[in-house]
Amino acid sequence: MSSGLMSFIWEGLANTLLLTVFGALLGLVFAFIAGLGRSSERKWVRGIAMVYTEVFRGFPSLVLLFVLIFIIPTFGFQLNPLIAGILALALNIGAYAAEVVRGAVKAVPPGQLEAAIALNFTPVQRLRKVILPQAVVAMIPPFTNNLIELLKATSLVSLVYISDFTFAAQLIRASTGETALVFFGLLVGYGIIALVFTTAMKLLERMAARSLGRTVPSGLFGRKEVAA
Amino acid sequence: MNFEWSGVWDAMPTMLDGLLVALTATGIGYVIALVLGLVFAFMRRSESRWISMPVGFLVEFIRSTPLLVQLFFFFYVLPLIGISVSPLATGAFALGLHYATYTSEVYRAGIDGVPQGQWEASTALNLSTRRTWTNVILPQAIPRVVPALGNYVIAMFKDTPQLLAITVVEMLGGAIAIGSETFRYSEPIAAAGLVYLVVALLMAWVARMVERRYGQVRV
Amino acid sequence: MTTTNGEFITFDGVHKSFGKNVVLDDLHFSVGAGERVTLIGPSGSGKTTILRMLMTLTRPDRGTISVDGDYLYHEKSGDQLVPASEAHIRKVRSRITMVFQHFNLFPNMKVLRNVTEAPIHVLGTPKDEAEAKGKELLELVGLGDKLNAHPSQLSGGQQQRVAIARALAVDPDVLLLDEVTSALDPEIAAEVLDVLRDIAKSTDVTMLLVTHAMKFARDVSHRVLMFNEGKIIEDASPEQLFNEPEHDRTKSFLRSVIDES
Ligand SMILES: Nc1ncnc2c1ncn2[C@@H]1O[C@H](COP(=O)(O)OP(=O)(O)OP(=O)(O)O)[C@@H](O)[C@H]1O
Ligand SMILES: [Mg+2]
Repeated sequence: MSSGLMSFIWEGLANTLLLTVFGALLGLVFAFIAGLGRSSERKWVRGIAMVYTEVFRGFPSLVLLFVLIFIIPTFGFQLNPLIAGILALALNIGAYAAEVVRGAVKAVPPGQLEAAIALNFTPVQRLRKVILPQAVVAMIPPFTNNLIELLKATSLVSLVYISDFTFAAQLIRASTGETALVFFGLLVGYGIIALVFTTAMKLLERMAARSLGRTVPSGLFGRKEVAA
Repeated sequence: MNFEWSGVWDAMPTMLDGLLVALTATGIGYVIALVLGLVFAFMRRSESRWISMPVGFLVEFIRSTPLLVQLFFFFYVLPLIGISVSPLATGAFALGLHYATYTSEVYRAGIDGVPQGQWEASTALNLSTRRTWTNVILPQAIPRVVPALGNYVIAMFKDTPQLLAITVVEMLGGAIAIGSETFRYSEPIAAAGLVYLVVALLMAWVARMVERRYGQVRV
Repeated sequence: MTTTNGEFITFDGVHKSFGKNVVLDDLHFSVGAGERVTLIGPSGSGKTTILRMLMTLTRPDRGTISVDGDYLYHEKSGDQLVPASEAHIRKVRSRITMVFQHFNLFPNMKVLRNVTEAPIHVLGTPKDEAEAKGKELLELVGLGDKLNAHPSQLSGGQQQRVAIARALAVDPDVLLLDEVTSALDPEIAAEVLDVLRDIAKSTDVTMLLVTHAMKFARDVSHRVLMFNEGKIIEDASPEQLFNEPEHDRTKSFLRSVIDES
């Protein structure tokens, strides 16, 4: 394969990782705002948070991407395509992850909040020192799933001509005529990236569990074998 | 260029055609996902590691790679091995295969959720393996998995726009087709978004109703 | 033993119901500064609810609760009583703390930090000072060697002793103890009660206790209140109440309690 094609692959890979990482970071921000907003004391905050999660979970990410790329400019906002891609992915994954945040916060035993009140922590301290450090540990495994979903969704940007990993593969397919091999290689590539992310998240999970004095059974997939 | 609501309205007939396509793909794909998922779940439980390991690997692999690439793969590769079916059929199959990896996990969790004592009791009553499955395990496992399975219908429906990549004209594809004729993309895309959102929310509501009816069963 | 010095904690016409379940109806009682009062009574009689209301974990429907002249849920505005602001509640609450039946240690903090977190971040105590005092308190409850353990590595009895140290670390004027040994094995419970006995003897903190450990209650309390169906049916010194209860309900209740202290 020529070095020109190779450089497409590297650029595509870089953009895919960029979309995943920044999509995840921005999505995390949306997730925490919306997830914590759902248990706010203010009704309108709860309302906005709920509308966000319901709407963006009901909206196909590809349609969202097209909306940001085709419709938003008609209202006078020109978005850089890569930024539009990150925003679309983050809005979408953030809505799912918001449910994770909400569930994890709700799952912290009520006695923890009561103890924090008994020690006269401020509401912000209760959240920051007691609730979140425990809830975050419970968020990591479902966040891992969210991250993989996000990685997969990044491939959609190739349909709006952003040169990600999938787009690079399309170019290579067009110029070499190798179809089966290129797409199979692409799948393997995504599989490897997913494995790297999953492994990193497993490490994070184990570290987080240790912060609560717990241990997580080792093993890459961490699932128990089932006897029939 | 500004946004004309009338353009959204004008796109609706095309959207309804597209909706039919999207629902067809979802329906066929869902049946495939339900059946194939069960097959995967059983194979992963196989006592032979020669079956359970590769199937487990395959399931993890399909689940962690993009549906879009899988669509391309089948779209281009199936004809090469002499299978020529319509793009819609290819799309529904790829969708079904992709989501079978999710449903297989749901089945697995449902089956694992049946208490060990139920297996032991079946053994004690000398039930055959088949009878244990059909009369004891599955009747208890299925109610547990209904809500999760319902959610995947919605997820699959929301993935149907990706089928436009393999020339299937669902709603987003229809919107782009209109755009390429009228040179106005915003309105038809907004129409597609609106219909997707409404139908997905409607499905979520139905799923919640189903869950309320069947999901409550406890053992 | 001296008992009441005026009215330090006052419940005045307090009413609480959960849905149709009227738990407390027009409750009046007061506790003097430094007094240790045990609440006893059958399950569901509202003992926990009283402590939780003092801790501002459960809001009364009607009536007032005051601590050292400050209303807990109300503020004076002119000569009107208006619902208290969060700032006012925090100010009054700063004098009160509670030890729970299920310890509720923070699993994300090691033992010493469980004890020092509130002094440092709520009271503003300098870190080294808070840590020195925290170590001293953990020493006092017999856990001087567990400073860096995770709560999950401790037994229930040890966790509860940390919780006691954590409560004492904020220097409360009022300490609430709700069945602090009910979740423990009898032998372990006895150890925790011994720690509490020592603490009771050496401080003048006002304590409200709910316990089924009658011998312990008799040892540490100045006064015992017998609750039944949300009302105080007997209010007497421990000698009086345990030796010669007046009320038939008290007699039958005391007979039914298996004492493990
Ligand atoms: N959050 C709540 N929601 C509904 N009902 C409640 C709640 N908390 C307490 N109750 C009810 O209030 C009544 C009094 O409860 P409380 O916990 O104060 O009793 P208690 O005297 O502490 O009993 P026990 O000895 O069992 O601890 C009970 O009937 C209980 O069911
Ligand atoms: Mg109680």
